Amino acid sequence: MFKKILIANRGEIAVRVIRACHEMGIAAVAVYSDVDRASLHVRKADEAYPIGAPAASESYLNIQKILDVAARSGADAIHPGYGFLSENAKFARACVDAGVKFIGPTAEAMDAMGSKTKARQAMERAGVPFVPGTSRGLESVEQAQEVAARIGYPVMLKAAAGGGGKGMRLVHAPEDLKSALEGARSEAERSFGDSEVYIEKAIINPRHIEMQVLADEHGNTVYLGERECSLQRRHQKVIEEAPSPIVDADMRRRMGEVAVRVAQAAAYTNAGTVEFLVDQQKNFYFLEMNTRLQVEHPVTELITGFDLVHLQIRIADGERLPFTQDQITIRGHAIECRIYAEDPDNNYFPSPGKITLLLLPSGPGIRRDSGMYEGWTVPMDYDPLLAKLIGYGTDREQAISRLTRALNEYFVGGIKTNISLFRRILSDPDFRAAKMDTGFLDRLLKQKRAEVPTDPKASEVAAIAAGIFAVLGAAGAGAGERPAANGSVSSRPSAASNWKIAAHKEAMR
Amino acid sequence: MTYDITIDGKQYRLDLNRAEGRWSCFLDGREVEVDAVLARPDVLSLRIGNQAYEVKCERVAGEMHLWVGSARFAAEVRDPRSLRGRVRAVDDHGPKKLTAPMPGKIVRVLVRQGDEVEAGAGVLVVEAMKMQNEIKSPKKGTIQKILVSEGAAVNAGDVLAIVE
Repeated sequence: MFKKILIANRGEIAVRVIRACHEMGIAAVAVYSDVDRASLHVRKADEAYPIGAPAASESYLNIQKILDVAARSGADAIHPGYGFLSENAKFARACVDAGVKFIGPTAEAMDAMGSKTKARQAMERAGVPFVPGTSRGLESVEQAQEVAARIGYPVMLKAAAGGGGKGMRLVHAPEDLKSALEGARSEAERSFGDSEVYIEKAIINPRHIEMQVLADEHGNTVYLGERECSLQRRHQKVIEEAPSPIVDADMRRRMGEVAVRVAQAAAYTNAGTVEFLVDQQKNFYFLEMNTRLQVEHPVTELITGFDLVHLQIRIADGERLPFTQDQITIRGHAIECRIYAEDPDNNYFPSPGKITLLLLPSGPGIRRDSGMYEGWTVPMDYDPLLAKLIGYGTDREQAISRLTRALNEYFVGGIKTNISLFRRILSDPDFRAAKMDTGFLDRLLKQKRAEVPTDPKASEVAAIAAGIFAVLGAAGAGAGERPAANGSVSSRPSAASNWKIAAHKEAMR
Repeated sequence: MTYDITIDGKQYRLDLNRAEGRWSCFLDGREVEVDAVLARPDVLSLRIGNQAYEVKCERVAGEMHLWVGSARFAAEVRDPRSLRGRVRAVDDHGPKKLTAPMPGKIVRVLVRQGDEVEAGAGVLVVEAMKMQNEIKSPKKGTIQKILVSEGAAVNAGDVLAIVE
């Protein structure tokens, strides 16, 4: 087994991997940029090395610096977490060359999945279902009309070189096809210098469901059930759950077997995720494969009872999968909320800053994977994910009620977070009824927030508390600003001595 | 102690006194039975009658917010006898700086030097992490100066404009 693992990441996922290392008796090496010296992953690690400027290209994305630390620390493996270098084939190859094990798939498997045309060819050979349409560029309007008639409207025109919604047109009726094709072509030409456009059946408000797979280096591949990730905003997942409320045992088996075929077609090893779009008739279509551990892996861990990071490390060390497909059972229901430092009142704009007060939820069925602590200043240089709160229960309803209860216990003071958004989602009747698709969150956010009548009593309670805090002055204040600094009426000196604080606390008993 | 307290715009007069660990409390002249324990800094466990509340206090950028359960209230506390209250009232006078909340790029300047602006009116738009953030005027006044132009890169804390 590895003696020492370098974690080429930061935030909650670095902490998550460090914990797994310690559980397995492996030393954990952290790397950190200039603004992350005080980050939690540095506190939890056994060794920590600075790797430079905050810009990711200077630090967490800098292959040479990471490999230098691996050499200096004597780490025998590197866990990339998610994001940063996790899906970088060049990095995986550089690890091989440097003689350090990359905990993830091979560079070849990443390449096979990274290129859209290569992936599609491999998947076609493997008999994986795609969204119906053409896999080559359209030659004429007549051809487009013929294909559209065959697959049925609405259809989507897409630029072959596309991305970011450019060169895309949704077409509802045959008479609109000609002008849409011309528009898509000229936009594709302008955006990518390539006017090639192909056609696909449009899947309106699909669900996004993904299948977790695990493959060892001896040819064994299994699936660990699906995750429902339909609740997204700006293509960013916000809440995930497992199992999906619409997937039954038969559909799970069919999707799982396709996912295993996808992985095997790419000679995939370690943990990976096969993403599918699912239409309203529950037809599923291959979307892409993510060649890394996913942010939302804890929901799968809770319903299968397996620790995916432990398994990743064991697989990378050459061990065989310790179970077969028929030994994997799904039990209960898990839902994850991604807690972000963003301001719900300002269009969910990132809201970095100092965490002045942190109250943590706990109790039955609650798991918290966090990278924050009280007194820490959230840097503005990275993704604003602070923590993941996961609720687990016998069934979906209990998971929701536990999560709702835990969200009410969770308090992050000093910065803005999206915790209130989860209260809204979890109490939404459509969410409760599991009526979800990828358009759900945009529709919810467009609705005017139902005016919650403010409890006049709560306002009075706030007034009384404000007075008591004023009397207490500095003794009652935490990691935020001292009351004297913000015009408090307290007559006490701002820097109350510990003796005075103790005396005030005594008086409060 | 007597305080004038504003909670989300609603005024209260609070008389609070503590003797032998007990609070005596009059809210707008009405006696309220209060029992308070400071659970930890910024967190009060309050009993009002037999109703139990956990109240969290958030102090950021000179503002105080109180959370009763998951409801958030803006709170202002004034001592009617102290000068502070009056000082605070005139606090809105004089020039105010608008600063960048985070590093980014100025994508739009919405006003010109000399323009009159209302409190809360958009002055500039800063883009960071691919998102646009409108920087609003903290007060009603005149744009005295704009220190950046469209396209400029700014750091957190950079002064972008001054409202007088």
